[in-house]
Amino acid sequence: MKHFLTVTVLVVISTFLVSAGIDSLELLPQNASVQGLTVDWLFGLHFKLIAFLFSLVIVIMLYAVVVFRRRAGDDGEGTHFHGNGTLELVWTVVPSIIVVFFGYIGTTTLISVTAAQPDEVAIEAVSRQWVWSFNYPDDGFSSEELYLPVGQPIRFDLKAMDVIHAFWVPEFRVKSDAVPGRTNVLRITPNRIGEYKLVCAELCGTRHAYMMAPVKVVSREAYSAWVAQKVAEEAAKNTPEARGAALYINQGCKGCHSLDGSKIVGPTWKGLYGSPQAHTDGTTAIADEEYLYNSIVNPNLQVVAGYPANVMPQNYGELLTADNINNIIAYIKTLK
Amino acid sequence: MRTFFKLGFVRGLLGQVLGTLLGMGLVTGMRAAFGYSPLWLAEPAWVIGGLLGTVGFMVGVGALTDWAKWAGGLATPMHHGAPAGQPEWTRYFAVDLSHKVIGVQYTVWGIFVLLVGGLLAGLFRVELLQPGMQYFTTDRYNTMISAHGIIMIAAILLGVGGMINYLVPLMIGASDMAFPRLNAFGFWINVPASLLLITAMFVGGWDTGWTAYPPNSLRTALGGPLFFLGFYTIGISSIVGGLNLLVTVFTMRPPSMNLFRMPIFVWAAVGTSILQLLATQLVGLAMLMLIVERSLGMGFFTPVLNEAAKALNSPPGDPVLFQHLFWFYSHPAVYVFVLPGLGIISELLPVFARKPLFGYKWIALSSIGIAFLGFLVWAHHMFTSGMSNYLRLPFMYATLIIAVPTGVKFFSWLGTLWGGKLTYPTPMLFVLGAISVFLLGGLTGPPAATITTDLYLHDTYWVVGHFHQTFFGGFMFPFFAAMYYWFPKVTGRKYNEALGKLHFWLMVAGFWVMSLGQIWAGLRGMRRRIADYDPALGVQNIQIGITVAAFVIAFSILIALYNFIVSARSAEVAERNPWRSRSPEWQIPSPIPEHSYAAPLAVVGEPYDYGLPGSVYVRMELAGAGD
Repeated sequence: MKHFLTVTVLVVISTFLVSAGIDSLELLPQNASVQGLTVDWLFGLHFKLIAFLFSLVIVIMLYAVVVFRRRAGDDGEGTHFHGNGTLELVWTVVPSIIVVFFGYIGTTTLISVTAAQPDEVAIEAVSRQWVWSFNYPDDGFSSEELYLPVGQPIRFDLKAMDVIHAFWVPEFRVKSDAVPGRTNVLRITPNRIGEYKLVCAELCGTRHAYMMAPVKVVSREAYSAWVAQKVAEEAAKNTPEARGAALYINQGCKGCHSLDGSKIVGPTWKGLYGSPQAHTDGTTAIADEEYLYNSIVNPNLQVVAGYPANVMPQNYGELLTADNINNIIAYIKTLK
Repeated sequence: MRTFFKLGFVRGLLGQVLGTLLGMGLVTGMRAAFGYSPLWLAEPAWVIGGLLGTVGFMVGVGALTDWAKWAGGLATPMHHGAPAGQPEWTRYFAVDLSHKVIGVQYTVWGIFVLLVGGLLAGLFRVELLQPGMQYFTTDRYNTMISAHGIIMIAAILLGVGGMINYLVPLMIGASDMAFPRLNAFGFWINVPASLLLITAMFVGGWDTGWTAYPPNSLRTALGGPLFFLGFYTIGISSIVGGLNLLVTVFTMRPPSMNLFRMPIFVWAAVGTSILQLLATQLVGLAMLMLIVERSLGMGFFTPVLNEAAKALNSPPGDPVLFQHLFWFYSHPAVYVFVLPGLGIISELLPVFARKPLFGYKWIALSSIGIAFLGFLVWAHHMFTSGMSNYLRLPFMYATLIIAVPTGVKFFSWLGTLWGGKLTYPTPMLFVLGAISVFLLGGLTGPPAATITTDLYLHDTYWVVGHFHQTFFGGFMFPFFAAMYYWFPKVTGRKYNEALGKLHFWLMVAGFWVMSLGQIWAGLRGMRRRIADYDPALGVQNIQIGITVAAFVIAFSILIALYNFIVSARSAEVAERNPWRSRSPEWQIPSPIPEHSYAAPLAVVGEPYDYGLPGSVYVRMELAGAGD
């Protein structure tokens, strides 16, 4: 009986110490969303349970290691008993109850963080190797930066154009994969003005580590001003060259083709138009309009020497209208 | 030199090289015959080359010889001992049908593969010491983490195979495994498979992790298909090994050994084998489908039609389907890795506590319970894949419920310690270390099980920390406990106790630091599988700590290998039963003679009745015993 009393006291003390230790560390980054409040609350509950269970097992184990060690000169055997049915039943039933309780909490919190909001605004987040772009369908423009008005429930429609990516802003807590062929939905209500980073959380190839985009949560006034500016810019983009420049960003061309002559994954677009191109099959050709058109819709037909085949998606002929392909070519022609 | 070229292992390697060249030549020759250009296409040449190379190894090593003779109606008498006219050591490098030799072969090859995986970890841990890329390209880094994952899994499966093959027949008093030739086949197929995985790193590598999610795995470099093939081949070993063990346990026990009088490790081996036999087939299928989709353009997993799929008029596929097939094995695989280790903990605790195992039946049935529940939780790896809440929630409950049988094991271990007369030689230290480390893994599981918090933790270093805890607590620490514990039985020599304890303290301290660092980095928002990290995350000091700790672990394992090698060659001769164990293998001489037991065992008591005067577990006639 003396053992059990001592152990109980030690477990209680240890639970408080471990729990206080966890609380004293700033484990998670600053929360910045309404959904994150629920997530953080459940983290808090988990940490308390962890502190207790850790103490329960470690304290009893270390206590036994010290108290029940074999003393010098003692050659006897331990106390002979095979178990205790009541105890086994207790430590099956009680954990079952705790587990079902956590399951219930997990259920209600999941329903709350995934619930649709009546006044939510949709933003399409499009992922490609290794860039993000954001379409604001209500206002008809797209952007490389994710601007969000504080306090506004957002429904992100997540798209992936090549491989699986995942949308995660640690400060918003929740994440979701973006899977080619389907549109996943993630709901976030930002509640704190600030600048964050969107990262890709699913290994997606060579430059996965660098697949990030800036996130800016701003006041509603600042957001309206930004939207007005983007709409005006959109209106100015009525030349083929400007439309091509926008396509360069939101179709993901920029993930692989630089504008400054540097080599990323595909050939740079700087000075591309009109230049001679050597191919892996030994042929050469001048990059004229027809050549560029064919290279976009059927990239494996003529692979430039020094670059791998099968990297560029084969389906730009379906994704882009002929007009838009010509807009991109018009844009390439400006890059001297 | 003669002896060298007569070694099955060397002939197998030659067979693999010839088979690979033959496969490559076949593809190129067919392309020439049909007038295709270019003649040389790397991917089909390597895939067919890898396949025929594996067959070539198995033919060369001699794993198929007896079956070929059966097909021809020739007799194949059981051969015991070294190959005719060769020294004794050569049997470890050849197809040998003794489960004790095969157990050692599994263990030694497993440690070799473990060293390769550990070397990779050491290399990429150095890269993570600071932000930015210092020593490797991102592609090289991605290849190394992918290879580290699958190579360590291969190493663990080999270690599990080593423990099970060596110990189970001895523990149940069987003369050998039920199918000795299948047993040898199951070991040897791992060798060409491991070599395929290592080769894959050098022919372009692959950047998908060990999870091989399409569409990325369909676009990755040439290492990808070789990795799929190696993974598939290792799976064959699991399937035949699991089948062999189940037949052995259920048909070769002595009549007096009912299921609840088996040594507890045998229960764990049964749980593991059920999972290996039934689940591995799905991941094998998934790997084959990847190879076929890449080579022939069948659109199993690609939603956007590519040109080749269009030509075959095949319907669009679904990338998430692959994840279901993959995790239906790869979650149970976790229990394949840890159940034997937990069995080792339960097996050793009573010996060093000098009292009965607390709640034998509860521990035995919890292994089976974990094995069956293990089939019902796979989709918790896909909580962020876009499944609806209706699908996610049942998987959350099933996942949480696994905590219950796992808890039963923990509490029963504590009950076994309670009131004992505990001693702390190296194996016992590793058992206690295993409990502490596996506890960490148990505690970091539930936050990843409740979906709400998993939406944060998914694909972060938290997960990396969590599964390293379960693998170290459930496999690495118990594996080393078993190595030290049965070392005198296998080699007949004593290991160096001081070096053993040094190994333990370095490894347990190193692991705790590494693991808490990973958990912490994950909570700070560090994603897993990134070659480079944002300095703004503020995790660089944590990364330095993890790297230093990883090197401490690596160093401690080198100490262990030094200890094993030197002690096996020259240390003092061990007594027959230094641990005063009741288990039958400790009642016969060390090292164990070729025919372990001269007569069938008769079970006359409980396996763990330590402290009950006058009781014994088994009676037997000793084989060739002088005393």
